[in-house]
Amino acid sequence: MLKVNNIVKVFNPHTVNEKIALNGVDLELKSGDFVTVIGGNGAGKSTLLNCVAGVHHVEQGSIVIDGTDVTKLPEHKRAKFIGRVFQDPMMGTAATMQIEENLALAARRGKMRLLGPGITKKERESYREQLKILDLGLENRMTAKVGLLSGGQRQALTLLMATLQQPKLLLLDEHTAALDPKTAAKVLETTEKIVSKNNLTTLMITHNMRDAIAYGNRLIMMHEGRIVVDVRGEEKKNLTVEQLMGLFSKTSGTEIANDKLLLS
Amino acid sequence: MTSFLNALPSAVAQGLIWGIMAIGVYITYRLLDVSDLTVDGSFCTGGAVCAVMIVAGYNVWLSMAVAFVVGMATGLVTGLLNTKLGIPPILAGILTQLGLWSVNLAIMDMKANQPLNVNNYKLIVSLRYLQDVVKGDRPFYMYPLLTVGLFTVGIILVLYWFFGTELGASLRATGANSNMARAQGINTNVNKVLGLMISNGLVALSGALLAQYQSFADINMGRGAIVIGLAAVIIGEVLFGKLFRNFGLKLLAVSIGAVIYYVVIQAVISMLDINSNYMKLISAVIVAIFLAVPHLRSKIFSGKGVNVKAGKEKNNVKGQ
Ligand SMILES: Nc1ncnc2c1ncn2[C@@H]1O[C@H](COP(=O)(O)OP(=O)(O)O)[C@@H](O)[C@H]1O
Ligand SMILES: [Mg+2]
Repeated sequence: MLKVNNIVKVFNPHTVNEKIALNGVDLELKSGDFVTVIGGNGAGKSTLLNCVAGVHHVEQGSIVIDGTDVTKLPEHKRAKFIGRVFQDPMMGTAATMQIEENLALAARRGKMRLLGPGITKKERESYREQLKILDLGLENRMTAKVGLLSGGQRQALTLLMATLQQPKLLLLDEHTAALDPKTAAKVLETTEKIVSKNNLTTLMITHNMRDAIAYGNRLIMMHEGRIVVDVRGEEKKNLTVEQLMGLFSKTSGTEIANDKLLLS
Repeated sequence: MTSFLNALPSAVAQGLIWGIMAIGVYITYRLLDVSDLTVDGSFCTGGAVCAVMIVAGYNVWLSMAVAFVVGMATGLVTGLLNTKLGIPPILAGILTQLGLWSVNLAIMDMKANQPLNVNNYKLIVSLRYLQDVVKGDRPFYMYPLLTVGLFTVGIILVLYWFFGTELGASLRATGANSNMARAQGINTNVNKVLGLMISNGLVALSGALLAQYQSFADINMGRGAIVIGLAAVIIGEVLFGKLFRNFGLKLLAVSIGAVIYYVVIQAVISMLDINSNYMKLISAVIVAIFLAVPHLRSKIFSGKGVNVKAGKEKNNVKGQ
């Protein structure tokens, strides 16, 4: 479903601030894979997702989604294939627009937008049903401005928007990191529900090792722009947080200075 | 005082004409979240194109339609400077405005003024019609307040429809959150250009109406237009923000804001008997006051808070 071939991403090339954020990353995801991504701050996790989504263009290598080479495609054209939820709850929704308007925008991802109605009555009914899945009562507030919602509600809504039109790939970048633990757990639960219901191919960055082990069928660890650990199946299921931390310090050559960051 | 009251219908009509320009400004300033300074140039472009065409014998409706299209072209230039060449929007607008100065002169055959005598041409609106209708020399539907009012309502209805379409909604999303818009497959660059085009088309149309109303186009007629437009937007929001939630009503508030602005300026000038050269200074002061109101209001009520907007955003991040 996703083939990332030896991609390199350099920020501020040929300057004193030159930063090789991705240094030859290879990654292949099969349809239905749910891969969790961990790694220290600045390891290149977000950059990897952003390169796949087209926010950044890569210096080298190629990215293929379901047989289509998207390496040169701009972000808005790749959106046809990709659903995204960001770390910042403000980023995934338009605050000044209504809940149903946000959903209607998402429902048209990858489609031509001309002078047809921005939202139809039939759509409204279907959104009302789908909002019930989130279990937040949003189905009764469909004309409320999204800016009135809490961070957790906005993340849950963004998640629904990302999957309203079945994406070939779902990219989650620490989408629960800005939420309090209880809300984070709930949004993660919803994520699991939506992903398994639609059998979505998913890449989920998390800073929480427990979550990284508990969710998905494969786990990768990044360090200095490379994938350094890749475990799947039974092996992943049987991982413990201690083993994972051991792997982390072995590969990075450093102890985890701040394990709070990784365990929260 | 009586002189002010006598001038009131004229001031309201002129305010309504500026209101159409202000609706154009609303589209860029509020919906796209850019301050577009093309306006000062494109307003004159609209007036110049319309006046020159009417004088050359073209139908007045055709002349206004062409003014609208040429106005859109000015927005296209600013949009391309911004999206294709990476020039920041404010600077892109200033550059277009600067260039339009020469273009506008060229349109008027290198004259600073293009007369458009109401006696010689069939115009849609004119200051003259105010008295003519009252005297019974012209039918009631040519009363400028009615004509411009109908124009305004028509424009608001079309915009209300457009911004409810898939394309219109994607344009609003572009201004509201361009990251989200791109993630939902929206070409934000195309939308920015489109928004600038629609906006400047309306601005030029407003200029075309003003040229007819005052019986001339003038190279300076657009000077300060952006300030008037912003004033109208802010006055409309300060006075009707709580009342008008619907998008169409918000546009109406902008139009009313322009009328209020224009009437207040006229009142100040006629009552205080000031040299009209001070008009720009008075305008700047009035606009500064209205721009400051939302800020000062929240500062007083919250007791602190320097950056209200940023504070609000932060509160939303952590949630339950
Ligand atoms: N837009 C950017 N410009 C310059 N440097 C960047 C940019 N984005 C990320 N970086 C740098 O690239 C490295 C990887 O960042 P990132 O992918 O965000 O790491 P993380 O694994 O924490 O998500 C970091 O050193 C970061 O400072
Ligand atoms: Mg990151």
